[in-house]
This record gives sequence, C-alpha cells and structure tokens, in this order.
Amino acid sequence: MADMPSSSKPPIARESPWWLAPNVTLVVFSLFVLYSIWEIFGHNVGRYQNYLSPYFSPDVGLWLGVPWIPALLVAWIPLGFRASCYYYRREYYRGFFREPAACGIPDRSRQYRGETRPPLVWNNLHRYFLYLALVVVIFLWKDAVDAFWYQGHLDLRLGSFILLADAILLSLYTFSCHAFRHLVGGGLDCFSCQNRARYRYRGWKAISALNQRHGLYAWASMFMVWGTDLYVRLLIIGAIHDPRLF
Amino acid sequence: MSEEMVLSIYRGDANGGQEEEYRVPLETGMVVLDALHYVQAEAAPDLAVRWNCKAAHCGSCSAEVNGRPRLLCKTRLDQYVGQVVHIRPMHAFPIIKDLVTDVSSNYRVAKQIPAFQPRTPAPFTMYQRDVDRVQEFHRCIECFLCQDTCHVLRNHGGTDQYFGPRMMAKVAEWEMHPMDVADRRQFLKDVAGLPMCNVTRCCVDVCPEHIVITDNAIIPLKERVADQYWDPIRALFRRFHRPAEGAVPGAGSDVSSRA
Repeated sequence: MADMPSSSKPPIARESPWWLAPNVTLVVFSLFVLYSIWEIFGHNVGRYQNYLSPYFSPDVGLWLGVPWIPALLVAWIPLGFRASCYYYRREYYRGFFREPAACGIPDRSRQYRGETRPPLVWNNLHRYFLYLALVVVIFLWKDAVDAFWYQGHLDLRLGSFILLADAILLSLYTFSCHAFRHLVGGGLDCFSCQNRARYRYRGWKAISALNQRHGLYAWASMFMVWGTDLYVRLLIIGAIHDPRLF
Repeated sequence: MSEEMVLSIYRGDANGGQEEEYRVPLETGMVVLDALHYVQAEAAPDLAVRWNCKAAHCGSCSAEVNGRPRLLCKTRLDQYVGQVVHIRPMHAFPIIKDLVTDVSSNYRVAKQIPAFQPRTPAPFTMYQRDVDRVQEFHRCIECFLCQDTCHVLRNHGGTDQYFGPRMMAKVAEWEMHPMDVADRRQFLKDVAGLPMCNVTRCCVDVCPEHIVITDNAIIPLKERVADQYWDPIRALFRRFHRPAEGAVPGAGSDVSSRA
C-alpha cells in the first residue's frame, strides 16, 4: 500500500486511560514470573500433609527420585501453556512488547516481525503444551480429592477447598483454550457429513461458550495457582494454621 | 437553548493539512455525521466526507473520532459533551481529501484470495450446524475499521505485510464452508501474512457488527495453519485416517435442521 506523506498524517488522539491495562498486565505478570522463579528454584518440597502445591503436581520428582528443584520437572508445562496461550499473547504483546500497548497507539518498535521468527513463531506449538496440560489437570483433580482425605478420614479444612477451587479454575482455563476448541471440532468444515461429527459439533459448541470467557479464566486461574501455592508454602513453614471448617 | 459542541475536523489532502474547529448546536439523538452535515450546510460546503445509508449498513462513513475508529453515523454526539470532538480520517489509509481515504488496497488484496471452490455446482443443501460459523462473517459491511485499527496495517507497511482482519474473516468464511474444497493454508502463511497478526484483538473492539474476528476467524485459521506446518503428530494421523471423500452436508443420518 502506498503510504501517505508523513506531513499529512494526523496526530493520534488517545482515549484515556489507555495506558492503565498494559501497565497492570506488566506489573502483575512480572510479579507472577518472579514468584514462580522463587518457588521453583528456591524450594525442594511442595507438600504439606495431604496438600500438594500446583507447582509440584504431579510429583514427578518423587517418582524419579530427584531431590533438587523437583518443581522444574513439572512447572514448565503450565508455564509454557500460558506463555503460548492466545489470550496471554494478547496481554504480553500489549504489556511487555507494546506492539501495540493499546488500540490506535503506535508500536514501540519499528522492526515488528509478528510471529514469523523464533522465539515467537514457537507459539504455534501451543497445542503440545495443551496435550501435556490436560494430563496435569487430571493430577490436579487427584490432588483436590486427596485434599479432602487425611489419614483415611474425610477432612474438610480451608486448604481442601482452596485446592478444589484451584482444580476447577485450571480446568475451566484449560478446557476453554482455543487450541482445544479447534481440536474438538473447530478443525472440521462439515458437521453434518458424518454421524460421529455430531458429537464433535456439540463439544465445539460447548467449548465455544466456555471460550468466550477464556481471558477471565486465564486471570482467575493464575491468581488461584499463585494463592494456592502461597497457602501451602505458608503451611509448610508454619506461618499459618489450616482451619477446620466442619 | 441547546448545548453547543466544538468539532475539530481534519481538513487537508495528500499534501498535508490540519484540524479546524467548528461549532455545532447539539440536538437530541444527533450523531457525528449529522454534525458534519451541519458543518457542510452552514460553514464549510467543501468539507469532504463519504457516507451513504446513514444506518450503519453500508460501511461508508468510517473515520476516527477522538482517536477511535468509528462509523460516523453510529456515533452519538452527546457522549462527548464537555469535550472537543476530534474527527480525523482513517489513519491506515492514504488521504484523498478531508475525511475521505483511499481504501482501494483492500479490494486489491481481496482479489488475491483463492475464491470459493464448491465440491459440486450450486445449488446445494446447507444445514444450520454447518453454517453457524460462516454466518457471522456474512454480517461484515466492509467499513474497514478493523483494517484501520490493526497495528500491522497502521504502523508496519499496510497490506503488503498482512492482508488484515477483514480479509482473514473473508478467508475463514470460505475455508470453513462445508462445500469448499480449496486449501488456503499455504496462502495464509506465505502470502496473506497471517503470522504477522499477534492477536491483540483491536479489530474485535472496533467492529460495528460485533464480529469476533480474532477468536472466530484469525485464531481458527492460525490453528489450521499449525495443523499443516507445526503438527507432525496430526500429519502422521492424517496419513492413516483420511476422511471419506465426497461426503456432503447431510450425509450423517442425525441431521434434522435445515438452514
């Protein structure tokens, strides 16, 4: 396209406060990444009684007998899933890369390449992180069930419900994923050409409904993982007491 | 006495220009296009603005109001009470005069999109479940506000780099059509510039027809491209599981509703 002469390009009037959302993203994501690094590399234990922190689940370190930084064996899956997630891409392209920070705001860099070169082109591998995240979700539900059972008895404490909420929100985030929507039915052109496709159509419709709130689930599940891990960590170091609810 | 609004309207052409202020009495239900017509009638008969239906159906009156791409006929003036209303042409396209821009680049790239290739000649029976997705894209009025707000077109070389969200909706409409047999994935990756889109969703924010372009067109197309070029497991699966050739809509016995 022929570009218009720069002298004729009008300046951009900006609707305020356009800078608020990208800066909130920048701060919150940075804190989450720093916390994750501290948790993964600073601790070898993520279990308190029948609670297992989501950073350490599944407990691959225990299975393989790896005593050092066991969370690293697992945490790369959910972190990679989030880093390549379409919703998080929108957020970090706005908050960190400023490409663009908000609609109508000029990009920070003039050397924009989109997702054509490494490392950003590797976001196309999102579906592989999804496959692995689906496995992790199964273990999170096992952890949630285990959190209600302690020494062979039903045990209803605050931590039990926190782990349950964590499993629910992470499931909503995972199953509302765009790649999962495509996998279930979005990749089909014709839902009426085969009998089996009706099940995929129903699945696609259900996931499409969930997908409309994918961003909400992305934020809620991130804070839930953060809060759940912090709760378990504070229990491990004895800083708080786990109240029995019933 | 009615309230008076201050409009700061861009006046100029390809050689340059600047904003000029005009005062317009605010009337109940007035939209920005009404105010521009008032300016044309009372103060600046040479003011250029493209419009046609004045009902948000033709997509002609696209411009930027206080920095946001909008249809002038769908933007109420009373939301700007107490502010100066800055009205400028679409930033992503070359200016012809005042608020009129040259959007012909959109038609040029549209011609490059591989057209609909039906498996059998029309007419053919369509089922609602198959057209649910593509009907959304039919709502497009080609106002090109999504093209205007797309930062790739706006800041990084226009449609030479990326055909833009409107064209992705057009491709999706055909690519997801149950009777279409064309494969546009290589075209999307190598020609249309789909990888240049970083899904920041500005196109969805400005669409006056509320088409969810990013989630329902661009991301599904990205996933289809990933199927072909980034997923060796699915490629292996495709070698052993080929869908029945010649399957037509309605071949599944469970179909009950027709569009």
